[in-house]
Amino acid sequence: MFYHLLQIPVPKDIPLALPLPYWLLVAILVFSFLLHILFVNLMIGGTLFTLWAQMLGRKNKHYNQVAKEIENTITVNKSLAVVLGVAPLLSINVLYTVYFYTSSILLGYMWISIIPLVIVAFLLGYLHKYTWDKMANNQILHISIIAGAALIFLFIPFIFLANINLLQFPEKWGEVQGLFSAVSLNNVFPRYLHFITATIALTGLFFYWFFGRKKYPFENKIQGFGREDIQRKALNIALAATAAQFVFGPLLFLTLPAKGIEWNLFLYIGLGVTAAVFAIVWMWRMVNSPVKRPVNRFVPVVMALTLTVIFMGTGRQFYRSNALATHQQLVKQKTEQYLQLAEEARRLQAEGKLEEAAQTASMGQQLFDQNCAACHQQDSRLIGPPIKEIVPMYEGKKEELIAWIKQPGRKRESYPPMPGFPQLSEEKLDRIAQYMLGLM
Amino acid sequence: MDFPLFHLDFMGNRWLIAIIAIIHVFISHGLAVGFIPMVTLLEFRGFLSRKISLDEQQRWDKLAYNFLFVAFVITTTLGALTGVGIWFSTSLVSPDSIGSLIRVFYFAWFFEWIIFAAEVILIVVYFLSWKKSNSSETAKKRHLRFGLFLSIFSWLTMAIIVGILGFMMDPGNWIVKKNMFVGFTNPLYIPQLLFRTPLAMIMAGVIGLFLASLFLKKENPIRLKAFKFLSIWTLVWVPHITVAGLWYYYKIPQLMVGNLPVAVATQLFQQWYGTLLYTLFGFVALAILISLWTLLKPQRVPKWAMVIPVIGVFIFAGSFERIREFIRKPFVIGDFMYSNSMRLDDYPLLKKDGILPHATYVSTTAVRPENKVEAGKNVFMLACTRCHTTNGINSVVTRFERMYGKDKPLQVEAMKSYMQSMHKVRYYMPPFPGNQAELDALAHYIKNIQQYPEPLEGAQLGGTPVVNYDLDKIEENLIE
Repeated sequence: MFYHLLQIPVPKDIPLALPLPYWLLVAILVFSFLLHILFVNLMIGGTLFTLWAQMLGRKNKHYNQVAKEIENTITVNKSLAVVLGVAPLLSINVLYTVYFYTSSILLGYMWISIIPLVIVAFLLGYLHKYTWDKMANNQILHISIIAGAALIFLFIPFIFLANINLLQFPEKWGEVQGLFSAVSLNNVFPRYLHFITATIALTGLFFYWFFGRKKYPFENKIQGFGREDIQRKALNIALAATAAQFVFGPLLFLTLPAKGIEWNLFLYIGLGVTAAVFAIVWMWRMVNSPVKRPVNRFVPVVMALTLTVIFMGTGRQFYRSNALATHQQLVKQKTEQYLQLAEEARRLQAEGKLEEAAQTASMGQQLFDQNCAACHQQDSRLIGPPIKEIVPMYEGKKEELIAWIKQPGRKRESYPPMPGFPQLSEEKLDRIAQYMLGLM
Repeated sequence: MDFPLFHLDFMGNRWLIAIIAIIHVFISHGLAVGFIPMVTLLEFRGFLSRKISLDEQQRWDKLAYNFLFVAFVITTTLGALTGVGIWFSTSLVSPDSIGSLIRVFYFAWFFEWIIFAAEVILIVVYFLSWKKSNSSETAKKRHLRFGLFLSIFSWLTMAIIVGILGFMMDPGNWIVKKNMFVGFTNPLYIPQLLFRTPLAMIMAGVIGLFLASLFLKKENPIRLKAFKFLSIWTLVWVPHITVAGLWYYYKIPQLMVGNLPVAVATQLFQQWYGTLLYTLFGFVALAILISLWTLLKPQRVPKWAMVIPVIGVFIFAGSFERIREFIRKPFVIGDFMYSNSMRLDDYPLLKKDGILPHATYVSTTAVRPENKVEAGKNVFMLACTRCHTTNGINSVVTRFERMYGKDKPLQVEAMKSYMQSMHKVRYYMPPFPGNQAELDALAHYIKNIQQYPEPLEGAQLGGTPVVNYDLDKIEENLIE
C-alpha cells in the first residue's frame, strides 16, 4: 500500500510528547497564523501603497499627505506582524517538527537571511518615515528608500512559501539545493501571486475603513481630496484585487500536487469562494452607488471576507494534513521501532552485555573484511556481485546464505566462481551472514 | 541527529547562534529592560521640574523622548528580529535540541510571548502617545503611568526567560519531572534574576551617558544635570550588582563543579569562570569610572570616553553568553542530550550498532573498506559538526595538531585512542557515540582533510543524501 512512497526519507521524530492535544495545536496554529498574516498583509500592503501614493505625489502634491498618513499605519502593523508571528512559529515547530526544520535547513542561508532582510526593510521604513522634511528636495532618493523596503517585502514571501511548500513533500528533500530549486518546486509561484493579491485586497479594504473612521480628522490631515474620494479609491483597489483572485485562486488550485487533494478540501475552498462572491457583489454595489446616496455594505463585506480567509486557511491546513498523513504514520512507526531498539540496548548495557553485543556485531564485520571483502563490496561489483544484490535474495533466509558461503554453487556464468569457506566454524559463518543481512 | 545537516564550515555553527544571541542580549538588557525605567524616570524628572521652569521641563522631556526614539527604533527592528532570529538559527543548527525544548517549554514560551506582545504594544503606545501627552498635566501623568507599566512588563519578560534559561543549568531535575516549573524553582533562578536586573540597569546607564553626550549640545542648560542624573542612576545599581553577582558567582560552582568528573575539568572550569569574573569586574569598574568621572568633572569628559563602556557592555554580553554556553557542556540539554545533538538514552544503541545505520541523511549506511573516508565524513558530519569545522574556526585538524604538533601528519591510531577517551580528559566533550569501525573511519577522514583540505558542504548548499526507508520492514510491521 505504500509503494508510491518508495523514494522518500523517513526520519525519526523527537521522542517527546506534544504539549497539547493534536487538534488543539492545529487550531492554535491556524488561528494565530491568520492573525499574523493579516498584519503581514497590512505591513506589506501599507509599504506598497505608500510608495505608490508618493509616486503619484510627484505630479499631484496632495498625494504626499496621503502617503504620510498611510505610512504612519505601518509602524504599528509591522510590530504586530512580528509579535504575532511567534505563536504560529512555536506551534508549527511543535506540530511539524520533522517537516518544518528539515525544509528550513534545506533552505539554509535564505531562511536565516529573513532576519537581516526584515531588519533592513524596517530600518529603511523608519528612515523614510522620519525624513519627509529633510529630503523634501531630494525626492528621488526619498522614494528609493521606501522602494527598497517594498522590494525586500516583496521578496521575503518567496522564502516562506518555498519553505511551507517544501515541508509538504518529503519525497523532494533529497533533490532540493537551496532557495531557487525550492521556489521552482510545484506551485510556489501561483501561491505567491495569490498571496500578494490578497495583500492588496486586504490593504485596500483596511484603508477604506481607516480614512472613513468618524474620529479621523480627515480634513485637517489631507487637502485636495474629499474623504469619499480616497475611500472609493481604496475600495476600487480592494475590489479589483479580490476579483483578480478568481484568476489566481483557480490557478493555485489547478497547480496543487494531487497528493493532498481530498474531498474535504473541495468543501472548504468552495465555501470560501462562495463567501468571496458575496463580498465582491457588495463591494461592486458600494463602488457604483451614487456619491450622494452611497451604499454602505462594509461590515458584510468584512464578514464575508473573514469567512473566506478562515475557510481558505482551514483548507490549507487540511491539504497539509492530507499530504503528510501517510508519511507521518511512517515516521511514527520508525520512531517507535527505534525507541524499542534503544531501550533494548540500554537493557543490554544495564546487564553488562553491551560490549559483548557490540563485539558480536563488529566480529561479523571483521570476519567479512578478512574473508569476503576482497571480492564483494557494498554497492558495486568488484569481483563478485555487490552485497546490495546478494542480500535481497536471502532476506529472512540466513541458513541458505550460510550454506552457500560454506559451499557455493554458481549462478552467474560471466562471473568467476566463488571459493567455499568450509574451514570457518558455524559460529563465524553465522556472524558473517548476520552482518551481511544487517547491512542493507 | 535525524535532520539534514546545516553546516557552516568556516565560521562554525555556534557563531551563527552566538552573534544573533549577543546582539539580542545587548538590546534586550541595555535598551529595553534597563532602558525603559530610566527613560520613564527621565520623563518624571522633567515633570517634576515643570514648576521651576517650563523651558527646563521641555528640555528634559525632549531628552527622554529622544532616548525613547533610539530605543524604539532599535528594539522594534534589531531587538525584535534577533529574538526571532534565535529561533531561526537554533532550528538550523540544533533542531533536535530546540525541538525538544519547545515541546517541554511550549507553555512557558507561549506565556512569555503574551507578555512580549503586551510589551511591544505598550512600547508602541508609550512612544506614539508621547507628543500628545504634552498637551496637559493629566495626560502627562497618564503617560508616566504607562511608562511604569512598560517597565514592569519588560522586567517580567526577562524574569520568565531567565527561568527557561535557568532550567538548562539544572541538569537532572528536568529529566525526572519533565515539567517547566523546574526552571523557576532551581537554586540558580533567583540569583541569576537578581544579577541580570542591575546589569541591565547599568548597561542602560552607560548607553544613556553615551546618547546624552550626542543629543545635548555644550550650551544646553540641562547637559550637566543630565550627566549627573545618568551617572547617579548607574552608580545606584553598583552595590546591587556586586551583591547579586557574588551570590550568583558562588552558587554556580556549588552546583556545577560537583558534577564535573575529574580535577582537570574543575581546573578548566575555574579558568573559564575566572575570565567571566574579570570581564564582569572590568565592565563594572569601567561603568563606575565613567560615572564618577562624569559626576565629578562633567565638563571634562570627552565624547569618545562615553563610547568605551558601551563597547564594554557588548563584550560583557558576549562573554556572559559564552560562559553560559560553556557551563552547559558537554550537554546541550542537561543530562538529556549531548552537544552533538544525540540523546544520552540512544548512546548504548549507537555504540552497539554505530550511528550510520540509524541515520537518515547520509550517503553511507555502514563503514566498508571501499568507502571508509566517505563514511568517516558522514560520521564527522553527524557527530562533530555542531561544534567543529574541518579547517575553519574550532577546526578539528587544528585541535589535533595542537596536541600532536603542527605540520606533522596525524596518526590514525593516536587519534582513535584519544577520541575514545576524550570525554574523560576534556569534560566539555561528549563521548564518541559510534562503534569501532566508525571511529576508525572518522580518524581516517580527519587525517585525510589534514592532507587534502576540502571544505565540507552543509545541506543548505549541496542538498542532502537520503537513505530510503526499507519498505519491507514497514510492511512486516503493518502485518504484525
